[in-house]
Amino acid sequence: MHLILFLIFAAVCVAGAVNLLAQRHPINSALSLIAVMAALAGEYLLLGAEFVAAVQVIVYAGAIMVLFVFVIMLLNAGVEEQTKGSRVAVLFGVPGVLTGAVLTAWVLLRHSGTEAVALGALPGHPIEIAHLLFHDFLLPFEVTSVLILIAIMGAVVLAGKPEAEERKAG
Amino acid sequence: MPISVFIVASVVKSVIVLLALLTAVAYTVWLERKVVGHIQNRWGPSRVGPFGLLQPLADGLKFIFKEDLIEPHVYKPLFIAAPMIALIFALTSISVIPFGNSITVDGYSIPLQVTDVNIGLLLILGVTSMGVYGVALAGWSSNNKYSLLGGLRASAQMVSYEIALGLSLIGVLIQSGSFSLRSIVDAQGGHFWGFIPRWNVFHGQIIAFFIYLMAAYAETNRIPFDLPEAEGELGAGYHTEYSSMKFAMFFMAEYANMITVGCLATLLFFGGWHGPLFGPAWMQAILPVLWFGAKVFCFLFLYIWVRGTLPRFRYDQLMSFGWKFLLPLAIANLIGTAIVAVTW
Repeated sequence: MHLILFLIFAAVCVAGAVNLLAQRHPINSALSLIAVMAALAGEYLLLGAEFVAAVQVIVYAGAIMVLFVFVIMLLNAGVEEQTKGSRVAVLFGVPGVLTGAVLTAWVLLRHSGTEAVALGALPGHPIEIAHLLFHDFLLPFEVTSVLILIAIMGAVVLAGKPEAEERKAG
Repeated sequence: MPISVFIVASVVKSVIVLLALLTAVAYTVWLERKVVGHIQNRWGPSRVGPFGLLQPLADGLKFIFKEDLIEPHVYKPLFIAAPMIALIFALTSISVIPFGNSITVDGYSIPLQVTDVNIGLLLILGVTSMGVYGVALAGWSSNNKYSLLGGLRASAQMVSYEIALGLSLIGVLIQSGSFSLRSIVDAQGGHFWGFIPRWNVFHGQIIAFFIYLMAAYAETNRIPFDLPEAEGELGAGYHTEYSSMKFAMFFMAEYANMITVGCLATLLFFGGWHGPLFGPAWMQAILPVLWFGAKVFCFLFLYIWVRGTLPRFRYDQLMSFGWKFLLPLAIANLIGTAIVAVTW
């Protein structure tokens, strides 16, 4: 049962990713990315990581992708242009990616020495994650939040008008 | 419980809950027209059946038989998908809402809830955050200025108020220590000093409740936050180009979302199905579900009452209210609850 569900979600995931590249219109690509993220959330659920699955949907599929779609809608981005270069890229890129994927899978299968993970074998409960985040890895967590704060301040500075211009407008 | 019993019970519960929800949606529309009518000194629907009670049926038939226009300038795949997305996500979130305690049928204890997951609340938040796409894509794919503006307003508004909504819920989570809606309700059983129910709203979360209420009104695009479909300036906003059943889907999604918000408010702040129990055994079994329904009804009535009373915000007022008032208030409430929880 789990294997069947895994295969279904994996198929959706890969199909979404291929569709993302194949679609010419940015909004279709963005929607494919949402499908990929939702399917990934399904895979997390199968691993017993409910919290991570929910966060994947809320943060990535729900919040970040809404902003992507929002920007595409605001800019009214048109259909992607095709140049000679992009045809060459398809010619070499597709076989290259396929070879790379097969190689990676082969190496992982032969040499990583990892086993399939049983359901519920990994910590996924909110309490365990909270303990990890706010106890064991408190310092990295706080440092990351400072990093994000700096990024927010940078965005505010970039978005704000220069003072001289504002005075002129006012 | 054997798997066959589980599957039969789940299918029966899903069908019952879906039918109940769709009926509730139809009659919330009726209630709204009736109540707003009386607020405005009119009768509301009164011709079809006694008190106009058959009006939703007539409306449904009308929607089915109306011509389904698809304008030539729309982006067809998304134009068709958008109302489905909106309705699917609106109906999905009801699946984790518990309506009462377990009932015992043929020796098996069956919880009155389609499925009890231990991340129920997060699941609802995730599903509602996906619901934004229905509105945003409808506005964009209509290829019409008014629709696009409506879609943009809706997505900006829903993303902004989602933060305040989420933060207002964390206080409740701190008090109950679980994401499961069933355990959140179970934690609210009993009374203070024997008569005040131990509901979260009387348990220090009254500010959180008001934040939740306002953010939820914004999330469901209801007056006074119905900027996305402000008819005076945008035609009908994101659903200007929709007709027939596609319009009906948006309409049903909006009302289903209202009901979900009412259910969630009842579960998180008003003790869910807890209420005085009395009478014989069969009454004791039914009363929790009735209490739950009555509390949800109060929220729906409040929605309609507000719609009949308040004017609409301006867009800048909406944004500054969400970001500069609700969000700091929610954070303050969260810190306060955390301090109380840690020190006591």
